[in-house]
Amino acid sequence: MIIDQTVEQCRDVLDLMPGEAIARAREKHPGIKGFGVFPVYAPVEIIHAAGLMPVGMFGAGNKVEISHADSRFQSFICSIAKSTLELFLRGDMEDFVGAVFSSICDVARNLSSVVHRNAPNIYVEYLHLPQSRISDATVAYTRMEFERFRKNLSHHLGRPIGNDAIAHSIGLYNKVRRLTRELYQHRKERPGSIAASELYAVVQAGTRIMPEEFIVLLEPFVEAVKQREVHERDCVNVVIEGAFCEQMPLGLIDVIEAAGCQVKDDDLAVGWRLFEDDVSTEGNGTAALADAYLSRTVYTSVRHDGDQPRTEGLVRRMKDAGSEAVIFAPAKFCEPALLDYVMFRQRLEKDNIAHLKVEFEEKMWTFESARTEMETFAESMLFD
Amino acid sequence: MRTDVADTKDYRGRVHDLSRNIMTDWMTQLKDATQTNVPSAYLMISGNCVEILRCFDILPVFPEINALQLAIRKQSLPYIIKSEEIGYASDNCAYVKADIGYTMCGGVGQDGSSPTPSLIVCNFVGCNVYIKWFEHCASMMDVPMVMLDIPFVRDGQASAEDLKYVLAQLKDLIKRCEELTGKKFDIDRLREIVAHSARAEEGWSRSKDLCKHRPAPFDSYFDSINMMGPINALRGTKEAADFFDEVAAHYAKMVEEGIGVADEEKFRTVVEGPPPYPYYRSFRNLFEAWGAVAVQSTYSTVGGTWEFGFRHDPDRPLESIAEQMITHNLCNRSLLDRYDQIRSYVDDWKADALIIHSIKSCRLFSAGQGDMREYFTKELGVPTLMVESDLEDPRYYAEAQMKNRIDAFFEALQYKRMRQEAGA
Ligand code: SF4
Ligand code: SF4
Repeated sequence: MIIDQTVEQCRDVLDLMPGEAIARAREKHPGIKGFGVFPVYAPVEIIHAAGLMPVGMFGAGNKVEISHADSRFQSFICSIAKSTLELFLRGDMEDFVGAVFSSICDVARNLSSVVHRNAPNIYVEYLHLPQSRISDATVAYTRMEFERFRKNLSHHLGRPIGNDAIAHSIGLYNKVRRLTRELYQHRKERPGSIAASELYAVVQAGTRIMPEEFIVLLEPFVEAVKQREVHERDCVNVVIEGAFCEQMPLGLIDVIEAAGCQVKDDDLAVGWRLFEDDVSTEGNGTAALADAYLSRTVYTSVRHDGDQPRTEGLVRRMKDAGSEAVIFAPAKFCEPALLDYVMFRQRLEKDNIAHLKVEFEEKMWTFESARTEMETFAESMLFD
Repeated sequence: MRTDVADTKDYRGRVHDLSRNIMTDWMTQLKDATQTNVPSAYLMISGNCVEILRCFDILPVFPEINALQLAIRKQSLPYIIKSEEIGYASDNCAYVKADIGYTMCGGVGQDGSSPTPSLIVCNFVGCNVYIKWFEHCASMMDVPMVMLDIPFVRDGQASAEDLKYVLAQLKDLIKRCEELTGKKFDIDRLREIVAHSARAEEGWSRSKDLCKHRPAPFDSYFDSINMMGPINALRGTKEAADFFDEVAAHYAKMVEEGIGVADEEKFRTVVEGPPPYPYYRSFRNLFEAWGAVAVQSTYSTVGGTWEFGFRHDPDRPLESIAEQMITHNLCNRSLLDRYDQIRSYVDDWKADALIIHSIKSCRLFSAGQGDMREYFTKELGVPTLMVESDLEDPRYYAEAQMKNRIDAFFEALQYKRMRQEAGA
């Protein structure tokens, strides 16, 4: 009961326009304003500590007709860039103070400029997240970059963002991430206890709800999932790789499992659950976040990883999840995901690990060909 | 209407020949290095630190130049296809695909045209694709990779912390070069090299500045390619510095004599975006047919924006290398900074129009160019044409459509000018 209700509630949240999500948050936090966070990662704790609501900017799915943004971004640019811009151009982001983008790809970088020019009332920040091997210089740089983010935001708002406030926010987000990790872990151990699309809806809703309320929603949900009865089924255990920025349509996630696969791990909305354990609440908050970013995060395709290649990260992730195949799910035109596919694929083939690539677009509404491909893939694995 | 301007014009041929000579020398060195143990290293063009490699006599190899040459010789497609066979998508940057395909087919190494590098130096200056490209090269050839993470310009220019971060990484690189070559770092040698760079940059800037004259002595888009090889790949050598002295003197003389690159310069343009290398000649013809001369271009500044005054500094060799990598090149600056750069080109070089060549492969350049067009046409009233193809993949160039768009644009521009003259 709790499970269905919560999932329903979360799906409702995903249907809201960004401004509506803020309006809903205002019931508990009068007058609060939003701050957009473009994937993959930003230190949301600093935003929250500034008295703002961090909101994941994952485009607009199929909720918005693109009528202005495609004159700014060409046909060969990913959908999330266009639909995110469309929201700004339509005036849907009026309840937002600002937005942050980071150095994930060339498109995101240019998008931050285009938003800056077209939404002059929005405060736009750009983070250069480090790509180098971890050294003292990288630590100093990253701390400085997060500190710069705090200072600039504080200056823009005209109010301090204190260490205590940041530590409090870190505590809240630690709790959200801990609960989310529990859900992910539980799914690995008892696959079938939560459908991939249910888990996704809940995690994603957490990017549009204040953490205070999200924890209240998440705690009983996690307990209920742990109690849920599981029916064994014959299926192929898979991990999803490549959907770290633009998000798959819920329908496509359902299709993966309906076609005979069991998702045991995925990288959907990974930036919001990047840390492998708690971030320290002691001392300087921005430094704690920077240190955690550098040393205790999962791999993603938007970050160079020096001596710990992502290819090995994927194999390890598969093994940890007890899965036997990988579904590559790059968004159409997503350069980092499409480029990484080559090396991932080569690595998997070295160990004879099965994989399937299914490209998607956020506006995709028919999944028939994906379903057929997925069914064939699952059958070939099950009856091999 | 002429569609074929003779290549044989002395003024164009001269700089082209000079450039070809010094670039060929370097390529011969690359070819020779396939048979010897001369250390070499991969590097990207944008905001590079070639001076440091040079200081250790490490031969710089630029995969982007390999890709460019394949395209201009119309040889890129089979290699692109080869890469697509191993999983690259049709939407991935075709520079990467051509180079990876070429490497897979033996283009690099003992039987190839350039050596297997001893080191891969990934100068991440703006373009995120660089990282993936070099990660793949490093894994494919089993060569160690050094990552130079250059912070993007966020607040107009490099902060003290940005500089510190880059300097620390450059010092790491120096250590790696010492290990590789067994040579000790010699800062005085670096000063000499950096002084050569500064002299080349001076010549580059003087040449570019000469295009402010009417008629412009060279096409700052199409002919800049003759200067881009030497400034980006050979920077830090005496030969490159001498080359630029000669080029600048040559163009200055043309200006003095009133000779322009076009027989009759009718339109002055600024061009944004890389050229379609597989159709370089035909693309150029489409503009020449209208007497359109590019007096400035953004693509020519991917390596460095020298024309705005930055010079490497022998008194602060490492610091100036770091500053150039962070701040003084097109790729590491925001799209809005690029708008400013173009605006100053339009104003100071007195251009009539902006041409945007949108490249499917290269999202660093192309993502958001629609907005750029809006800004220039609607906010600044600069006539702007946007056309689309690719810099490497010949499959995206539609000749007839390209010609129609360009002809229609210049016809309208010509008509507008006639009306203005009639009304004046
Ligand atoms: S979907 Fe891919 S290409 Fe598009 S903004 Fe995200 S990471 Fe960049
Ligand atoms: S995306 Fe553009 S800048 Fe980057 S490697 Fe490709 S062509 Fe070069």
